[in-house]
Amino acid sequence: MISFFEFFVRFLPDLLSGMGMTLLLTAEGVLAGFILGLAATLARTYGGKFWRNLAIAYIELFRGTPLLVQVFLLYYGLPGLGITLSREWSAFLALGLNSGAYQAEYLRGSILAIGEGQMLAARAIGMSKWKAVFYIILPQALRLAIPAWANEPVSLLKATSVVFLIAVPELMTRAKLIASRTYDPISSYLAVAVLYLVLVYLVDAAMKWLEQRTRLPGLSAVNESS
Amino acid sequence: MTDSPYILQAKNLTKIYGENVIFKDISLDVKKGETIVIIGPSGTGKSTLLRCLNLLTPVNSGQIFLEGEEITAHGVDHDQVRQKIGMVFQNFLLFNHLTALGNVMIGLTKVKKMPTEKAKQKALHELERVGLADRAHHYPAQLSGGQQQRVAIARALAMDPLVMLFDEPTSALDPELIGEVLGVMEQLAHEHMTMLVVTHEMGFAREVADRIIFMEKGRIVEQGSPEELFEHPQHARTREFLGKISELYGKKEKK
Ligand SMILES: Nc1ncnc2c1ncn2[C@@H]1O[C@H](COP(=O)(O)OP(=O)(O)OP(=O)(O)O)[C@@H](O)[C@H]1O
Ligand SMILES: [Mg+2]
Repeated sequence: MISFFEFFVRFLPDLLSGMGMTLLLTAEGVLAGFILGLAATLARTYGGKFWRNLAIAYIELFRGTPLLVQVFLLYYGLPGLGITLSREWSAFLALGLNSGAYQAEYLRGSILAIGEGQMLAARAIGMSKWKAVFYIILPQALRLAIPAWANEPVSLLKATSVVFLIAVPELMTRAKLIASRTYDPISSYLAVAVLYLVLVYLVDAAMKWLEQRTRLPGLSAVNESS
Repeated sequence: MTDSPYILQAKNLTKIYGENVIFKDISLDVKKGETIVIIGPSGTGKSTLLRCLNLLTPVNSGQIFLEGEEITAHGVDHDQVRQKIGMVFQNFLLFNHLTALGNVMIGLTKVKKMPTEKAKQKALHELERVGLADRAHHYPAQLSGGQQQRVAIARALAMDPLVMLFDEPTSALDPELIGEVLGVMEQLAHEHMTMLVVTHEMGFAREVADRIIFMEKGRIVEQGSPEELFEHPQHARTREFLGKISELYGKKEKK
């Protein structure tokens, strides 16, 4: 245990920089995924036939294939089409596209749960469909989605580890390098596990805070009332 | 604008859902300031008729005129029309993420593009009209059903509509809360707001309505003043329905 502690302290600077990359990938992925997921959900719920089908195709494609395959396709596959992306860009794009497909599903569920009544009431005072979506439906749907959606940043955070297979210098990649340098895989992966745990804990706390902040007065559990 | 004595006019409206003819050839003339109560059994098409009148649902044929102008004509901006026709729903449908004030304001700021301060003043005034100025900062979940429905009425009134449509505004309320909503509607009638009210509240119909329309199976069976309908119904079906309804709702009718 003492030796693990020494090991941990010794490689902490190295691991911390990997942790920075992991956090960056997670944040970018969640953000890009949110924008993509929101667009896909709106297209699917309120768009015409073409946009609806496009959104469905995107969601099914990225939820139906492993993240690693998507990463490899972007990094090793795209150059075949004349598009060469850096490791970081491939990772970021794959994570964003993948997360977007999942986030779309969370958002769709809560939009459906809001029900048609709110849209009806909004239209009845003369709002256009899109005004109703932005001023009435989304403010409620986003709140409603938070408890389920809050799993996404955590799950994406853990999923970022697969990009070590294209050698993006994130936490796993650093651990692998340290392991091969020190011949001590147990200590290095244990150190990484500890750091992931800390990250997950922090992200979880941030999500709880968000949930509290957006809660509506009088509704103790937003998702239980209609 | 043509000089029509009618504020709202429907000519030969027909509505079909799939194979179901909900109503056929319904015509309706509403004079300015008139309060019309529509009664009829469940599934008769009363709600559908109201939704057709403010273009929330398209009719299959027929025409609707608002202040003499055809709103079912090609190229009419439906959002514009709906601003002028207020609607109150059975289940209130307040915007749950907004306070009472926010609910009343949002149409003013986002649809009418009124400056915030002015919209706030107007919204507060409308809340006062329904007796809820002191609840302005409450969220829907913090209000009783009766209060929620009064906010919904204020939300519709804020748009300065020419006509107000009420679809069973008290049907979802506990008996002790019905009176406060009917009270607000009665006051509106006295202020000569033009109103079309679908309701089972026969006391309200009798005392406030200028005209009562009895609808059944997608047709207007009979219409007339409350006295004509209640005292001398011409059709057996009207008599039967009125008998049944007073049996069902008679007990909670008195405010
Ligand atoms: N969106 C819809 N699609 C298909 N059928 C519908 C739709 N809306 C209403 N209907 C049908 O139209 C008929 C009339 O319904 P409507 O709600 O207008 O009746 P109502 O007179 O308001 O009844 P209630 O007193 O129960 O409110 C019903 O048979 C209903 O099933
Ligand atoms: Mg109805």
